[in-house]
Amino acid sequence: MINFECVSITYPGATEPVLTEVNLQIPEGELVLVVGRTGSGKTTLLRAINGLVPHFTGGTLTGRILVDGRDTATNPPRELADLVGVVPQDPMSGFVADTVEEELAYGMECLGLAPDVMRRRVEETLDLLGLVDLRNRPLLSLSAGQRQRVAIGSVLTSHPKVLVLDEPTSALDPGAAEDVLAALQRLVHDLNVTVVMAEHRLERVVQYADRIVIVPGDGEPIISGTPSEMMGNSPIAPPVVELGRLAGWQPLPLTVRDARRAAGPLRELLTGHAAPLRIIKGARDATPLIVTDKLTVRYGAVVALKNVSTTITRGEIVALMGRNGAGKSTLLSTMVGLRLASAGVVRTNGKDPREIKGPELVHSVGLVPQDPGDLLEASTVAGECRSSDHDANVELGTTRALLALLAPEVMDGTHPRDLSEGQRLLLALAIVLAARPPLLLLDEPTRGLDYPTKARLVKVLRELAVTGHGIVLATHDVELAAEVATRVIVLAEGEVVADGPTHEVVLASPMFAPQVAKILAPEDWLTVSEVRAAMIEQVG
Amino acid sequence: MTGSLFTLPRWLHPAAWWVWALGLAAAASRTTNPLLLSLIIAVAALVVSARKPDAPWGRSFIFFLRLGVAVIVIRVGVQLIFGAAFGTTVLLQLPGVTFPSWLAGVRLGGDITFESVLLAFYDGLRLATILICVGAANSLASPSRLLKSVPAALYEFGVSVVVAMTFTPQLVADVDRVRTARRLRGRPTKGVRAIAGAAMPVFEGALEKSVTLAAAMDSRGYGRRGEISAARRRMNSLLLLTGLVAACIGTYALIAAGSPAALGLPMLLVGVSVCITSITWSARTAVRTRYRPDPWALPENLVAGAGVLVALSFLGANWVAMPGLDTPSNPPTWPALPLLPLLGLLIATTPALTAPTLPRTIIGKLPRIEVPA
Repeated sequence: MINFECVSITYPGATEPVLTEVNLQIPEGELVLVVGRTGSGKTTLLRAINGLVPHFTGGTLTGRILVDGRDTATNPPRELADLVGVVPQDPMSGFVADTVEEELAYGMECLGLAPDVMRRRVEETLDLLGLVDLRNRPLLSLSAGQRQRVAIGSVLTSHPKVLVLDEPTSALDPGAAEDVLAALQRLVHDLNVTVVMAEHRLERVVQYADRIVIVPGDGEPIISGTPSEMMGNSPIAPPVVELGRLAGWQPLPLTVRDARRAAGPLRELLTGHAAPLRIIKGARDATPLIVTDKLTVRYGAVVALKNVSTTITRGEIVALMGRNGAGKSTLLSTMVGLRLASAGVVRTNGKDPREIKGPELVHSVGLVPQDPGDLLEASTVAGECRSSDHDANVELGTTRALLALLAPEVMDGTHPRDLSEGQRLLLALAIVLAARPPLLLLDEPTRGLDYPTKARLVKVLRELAVTGHGIVLATHDVELAAEVATRVIVLAEGEVVADGPTHEVVLASPMFAPQVAKILAPEDWLTVSEVRAAMIEQVG
Repeated sequence: MTGSLFTLPRWLHPAAWWVWALGLAAAASRTTNPLLLSLIIAVAALVVSARKPDAPWGRSFIFFLRLGVAVIVIRVGVQLIFGAAFGTTVLLQLPGVTFPSWLAGVRLGGDITFESVLLAFYDGLRLATILICVGAANSLASPSRLLKSVPAALYEFGVSVVVAMTFTPQLVADVDRVRTARRLRGRPTKGVRAIAGAAMPVFEGALEKSVTLAAAMDSRGYGRRGEISAARRRMNSLLLLTGLVAACIGTYALIAAGSPAALGLPMLLVGVSVCITSITWSARTAVRTRYRPDPWALPENLVAGAGVLVALSFLGANWVAMPGLDTPSNPPTWPALPLLPLLGLLIATTPALTAPTLPRTIIGKLPRIEVPA
């Protein structure tokens, strides 16, 4: 279906090609997963399939890309629209119409399909993706998961033979992600659509893939193979695979179910070993950094937070979890005084954060927003660091030194927009940390982060907790929460439904349990590293 | 009243709403009677509250009401400071500046009379009413549904207009985000420097978004040309452009006194017919089709008809110089209520009943509005 024949792509102004001599054959009806570091050329590979690269972005393409026999060099994206459907990373950015039904019909209108065909396909697609109840809703009023499904539906109505998705689940909570993946699975099985998808969260998608393509970047050749071949020795792997490798299971399981069936002996081995308690040693004391008491926040008729009472102390890493729209972001922004409480109180150091202004605020609470790029406005990294020192009233060079610790590879002269997603996050983190706020809040820090950057972030957060910072992170990433959090708070419809040590909260919920916990239940293990430590102890 | 008398719940053709609203606006432009103007606003508000969809664009009416108030305040304010005073009822005596003789028409400060303030108020109210009528159309008819009725040749132009319109709320959200970010960095969020600092990231964000949107539209087949050749396409655009220019020259010559008669009407006619040829030509070759186009049926005729009638009633009253359309402000008199325009306004309220009710899913459930973080 898709043939890359000796394809190299060079962007204008770049000296090195992004992709070098790619040879790749994707047969019809396969679900292909493209993985690789941020900036390795994954997105370029995806966008080359419908000709956006180079027709839209510029640059030179050598070699040939054939999609169902059509050459992308002579067919611009609009002429391939009936063949390839592309779902962009942020679905909202690609919407043209204003209600769900019109958005679904837009592509077909461009193709000039007959009205009765359009009507039939819209109805079919509404059913296929479970969107019937939403058909007349304005797109702006949809949740993130619903938007993603509408975006998939809107390209499906043109009946493309190939569907290309760029990180379809990165902004979604675990439940919504499962819905989207189930819909994709159905397309592959029932309609024989070829799906090519890039995704960082391997633990969510690897079990659905027929083939994995690794884009290593830096001009290295890309590798492709079946999931079990590729996972056998891939440097990045979901926890289920890592556990399988650690325990030496053959064949290597890719799903929790397969792993569970193989895990009997390991469970016996681990019985009697308690997983270590998660306490950040040394720094923990009971000094409350922020206290909320019966906090209620509303936006017009919508109650975003309801009677939230909680205390965050030094040395804690709290994971704030819950569905999209459960009130996580609202709680964080109320803690820095961006939102007005309708009832109840927030106090940090005995003060209402709304009353704290300017530099004093950055010295007491720091928030890294969902899109860290929001914080950046200078045209170079160095300039950003200087203005951050100035804002926080600290010695010149403080931010730069912090950045050098967090992301040593970032150069002074780079424009912040040219940094990778992960580097931008670390730069924003350095800016926030420059003022040494005792309380650090992060909103969805791992969205779009690859595994190495995530590992670095985990290390940084642990070190900060040891030095006495209190950290709250709102996240959908159950593996991250299992890895780093000492405490988990679950919000639903603005209310706290669970609050306790990570083990207790996470194990009690099928939605928030990490893969290792699902495999080894009823033993309470959360991460591969815990199991590894216990096994070493057992053997040694 | 349950449901509508005329059809099942559905969307009314947006053009019908626009005809109705422009009819009201045309009526407003013919009068300075504050009673009639207030009644026009009341009619617009009544119909909007009866048939407004619960969608983002549906909330714009309030914005236009506020805009109207602002217009009146500004108009009266300008009169207070710069306007020439007339009449005898002095409200307030301010120190005035006397300009040299070559600036005779200009005034600053001085006496403020009730009559001049009243005149300014009437004037402002008229402009505000016209704006509010446009606002009513804006909140009743979705911009992209209106686009669907645009001729195929103008479609691409229409898309850019709609995209520009949807960017406005996006821009507001962006400004909000940037202000948030400034607070997070401990910077002032108010004042000139804050605005200057926020402008750059907001514009960068908007630019980036439009590029993403363009890529998405391109990959979904926007601008597909099917079999038409590039030469033919260029020919078509050239024709349309020539026609438009000719029509503009013709209109100008018609209005401006002293231009040669041959340039006026004939030029306009030639221009319009060239435009129509070009549009029908490209409509024949365009590949686009329309999904569920809004029908034009009895309710549309009734709504648009109500708009035409209200405009006619005011124009007619104006034509026969019916007393009461203009309220003299010097000396101030209590405004009268002429019968014909009143009758027209009564007809203008009928869309509140004759327009079909909206599909249930929109008005039945309150959509969850995502709040920007």
